[in-house]
Amino acid sequence: MAEPVQASHAHEKHHDEQSFWRKFIFSTDHKVIGVQYSMTGLAFLLFGFALMMLMRWQLAYPGEPIPFVGSLFGDNRAPGGIMLPDFYNELGAMHGTIMVFLGVVPLAVGGFGNFVMPLQLGAPDMAFPRINMLSYWFLFLGGVTMFASFFLPNGAAGNGWTSYSPLADIALNGQSAWLIGMIFLITSSLLGAVNFITTAVQLRAPGLTWMRLPFFCWAQIVTAFLLLLAFPPLEAAGVLQLMDRIANTSFFIPEGLVVGGEVLERSGGGSPLLWQHLFWFLAHPEVYVLILPAMGIVAEVIANNSRKPLWGYRSLVYSLVFLGFMSFLVWAHHMFITGMGSVMSTFFQTTTMIISIPSVIILSALFISLWGGSIRFNTPMLFALGFLPMFGIGGLTGLPLGLSAADIPLHDTYYVIGHFHYVVAPGTLFALFAGIYYWFPKVTGRKMNEFLGKLHFWPSFVFMNGVFFPMLIQGLNGVSRRLADGGVTYDFAGDVTGLNVMMSVSAWCLALAQIPFIINFFMSIRNGEKAGRNPWNSTTLEWLAPSPAPHGNFDQPIVVKRGPYEYSVPGSDQDFVPQADLVKT
Amino acid sequence: MEIPYTIEAHPETGLNNGKIGIWLFLASEVMLFGALFATFIMLRLGADGNWGAMQEEAELNVPLATLNTAVLIGSSLTMVMAWASLMRGQLARFRLFGWATVGCGGIFLVIKYFEYTAKFAHDHYPESNTFLAIYFAMTGLHALHVIGGMAWNAYFAGPGSKLFHRNRQWLTDRVEHSGLFWHFVDLIWIFLFPVFYLL
Amino acid sequence: MSEHVDIDKQVRVYFLVFGALMVCTLITVGAAALDVSMPVAITIGLFIASIKASLVACFFMHLIDEKRVIYLALGLTVALFVVLLALPILTSFTDQVGDFERVEAPAPH
Repeated sequence: MAEPVQASHAHEKHHDEQSFWRKFIFSTDHKVIGVQYSMTGLAFLLFGFALMMLMRWQLAYPGEPIPFVGSLFGDNRAPGGIMLPDFYNELGAMHGTIMVFLGVVPLAVGGFGNFVMPLQLGAPDMAFPRINMLSYWFLFLGGVTMFASFFLPNGAAGNGWTSYSPLADIALNGQSAWLIGMIFLITSSLLGAVNFITTAVQLRAPGLTWMRLPFFCWAQIVTAFLLLLAFPPLEAAGVLQLMDRIANTSFFIPEGLVVGGEVLERSGGGSPLLWQHLFWFLAHPEVYVLILPAMGIVAEVIANNSRKPLWGYRSLVYSLVFLGFMSFLVWAHHMFITGMGSVMSTFFQTTTMIISIPSVIILSALFISLWGGSIRFNTPMLFALGFLPMFGIGGLTGLPLGLSAADIPLHDTYYVIGHFHYVVAPGTLFALFAGIYYWFPKVTGRKMNEFLGKLHFWPSFVFMNGVFFPMLIQGLNGVSRRLADGGVTYDFAGDVTGLNVMMSVSAWCLALAQIPFIINFFMSIRNGEKAGRNPWNSTTLEWLAPSPAPHGNFDQPIVVKRGPYEYSVPGSDQDFVPQADLVKT
Repeated sequence: MEIPYTIEAHPETGLNNGKIGIWLFLASEVMLFGALFATFIMLRLGADGNWGAMQEEAELNVPLATLNTAVLIGSSLTMVMAWASLMRGQLARFRLFGWATVGCGGIFLVIKYFEYTAKFAHDHYPESNTFLAIYFAMTGLHALHVIGGMAWNAYFAGPGSKLFHRNRQWLTDRVEHSGLFWHFVDLIWIFLFPVFYLL
Repeated sequence: MSEHVDIDKQVRVYFLVFGALMVCTLITVGAAALDVSMPVAITIGLFIASIKASLVACFFMHLIDEKRVIYLALGLTVALFVVLLALPILTSFTDQVGDFERVEAPAPH
């Protein structure tokens, strides 16, 4: 790798004498930042899960006091431990926001992207290490803002994670804090996206051509473009909604809006649907931000553990790029019930059907990759294999929602919740777990425990389905997703409300199933089985670096000679041939 | 540890990291202002013919805005001249043009301040109607960009110019990148001016 | 990045562009005073603004002679910019059969 002709040597001197703060807190090393992102993401995933478990109590046993923790929430949230509907709304909105923007995105993009991508590119670090640090601290600020909003006098935002106007414009809860938090999170993602793309374009090791790039890197690049170009409109919309709340403007408030029996004293003239357009312009690509890195992780794990090249690498890459582009053209399928004309709804139905094609190609290629492989059923592989059918269910249940005739009755029912949770929870989260088990040795130099890993996977797999499958049944019966009592006050829902208890018990069992993971995670940092550079006999470049890798990553020159998945090459003495030759061991 | 291609161009792309970074950032800015222009059009089309009346009532000051347009265009010229001075190796001239750019930004903001206070004096606030709301939102966000660009340029014209003695090429590139941002801010104003004041 | 450009020639171009931008600004102010219908006025105004923006982008921002990677990224951005502007408007202001709903022309001023 060519060295800069002339460069600043200012902070090179201090290299070895970095203080604790520079090394672990305000680090510019992509690996430390990646770990910071991951730990933040995991903590928020647990927190968001906790919010959901409270909601599940209310859904299963509406009007009964919450056991153990009910007294903690005070009289304005849960008098006598019984959850008020406003509190339920607060939990619902913040569960969605936290899981998407503070849980999955930081872990999948900030964590895995930051840690793994430069290593897989053979780069010493990200292109802009200080911007990388800044990006994490913006995320941290956003997280603190969101978390702190629970302690505002009127509580956190409670208008759904979509924050539809005009409700969100006039609600008395912590919506303003939500918007400010979102602006921090968006800024963080934008800085990260600039960094990711520049790194991938500029810092690939010699010989690492685009068609030799691991699929995971492709997924991160496409994701970064989605973040870069889809997030700014939400930032603009966030500023406008904040103005609606603080400066009494009427961007999203129509004329003559009646609130509590009185006409609201605003100039009016705004468009509530405009918020939905700007929100979904981000939020549909955001769905792919959640799923593409997951697909990337699964592809790596499957190729490695089936000891076979990925099937159809090129079609995978082209599908991914096409998927990313198309994701900008489908957003109004979230808005079929807003009464758009048949021409426009036909347009969005068509694009929605088209976008399912590359998803199916990717999923099929991953399935076919298993065919004839000598599969190792270790924990990362189990999670990756779990991802495939779960994402399949999630994707297929989405098709009816992409057609307006079917969407109109299903919209706002539990069917929608079941659909996207299948994509994101047993889909993306399983892939993220696979990634954690897979790359843990690179981060710490030690493997995670296999027995505890399996004890984590099997119950999680069972209970995930226990939570989400009944949602599809409830939704097809027409149970609204927004009822704080789970539908007991609706006669037609009578047949299926009993499922609420099963779903809630599954959710609590799912929480118990995470205990082996948490124990395994912290125990393995110190006591796990020692791993060398390449514990999984993998081909991609990150496994040529020492485990854990030092600042600057590689202790040998990297010259890439071949594609990313050269497993079981005939005539080779090992069943894998790394992308670059290992000089030192 | 050094990051490759911080200064010298990558042999394949022909670009250094900063150039790609700043253009990607500007791409996201295009989408940010794109959303605001979309909002503008939606509000205008949704105003059922009242838009002209709202615009007239707002009494925006066209001569002041024309002057401001000239000031910003002038600042773009001083910006490219600052960069050209560095290309010629003239540090003093670079700093002069750099501060001139910052000064033009300052004049722009002062004029903007007089425009805003004149609106407030006539009880024209963002809450008055949707025209004024989007006017204040877009010009306000633009003004924030001007402030950001001023800070960036002031840094290079001031303390950042020391880099000239250590690594002239690097300073020239970084000034080029801050210039790209500055011209982009000018470019946005070129659209804001007719859209709010003239049409 | 201009490895071998003649900087004096560049500077002359900058002054020419500056002059053209100033002239365009005066034209656009003058054209706004003409008594034409609103659609015509909008077309003229945006046309001149686009010329000015192209001048700034091509010469001040050196886009007339830029590398392929940047054209690719900006091409994608422009495509999505058009999508962002066009689709919400088409969705909100077309009727059930897809024709533009009659939105009354703004009152002339």
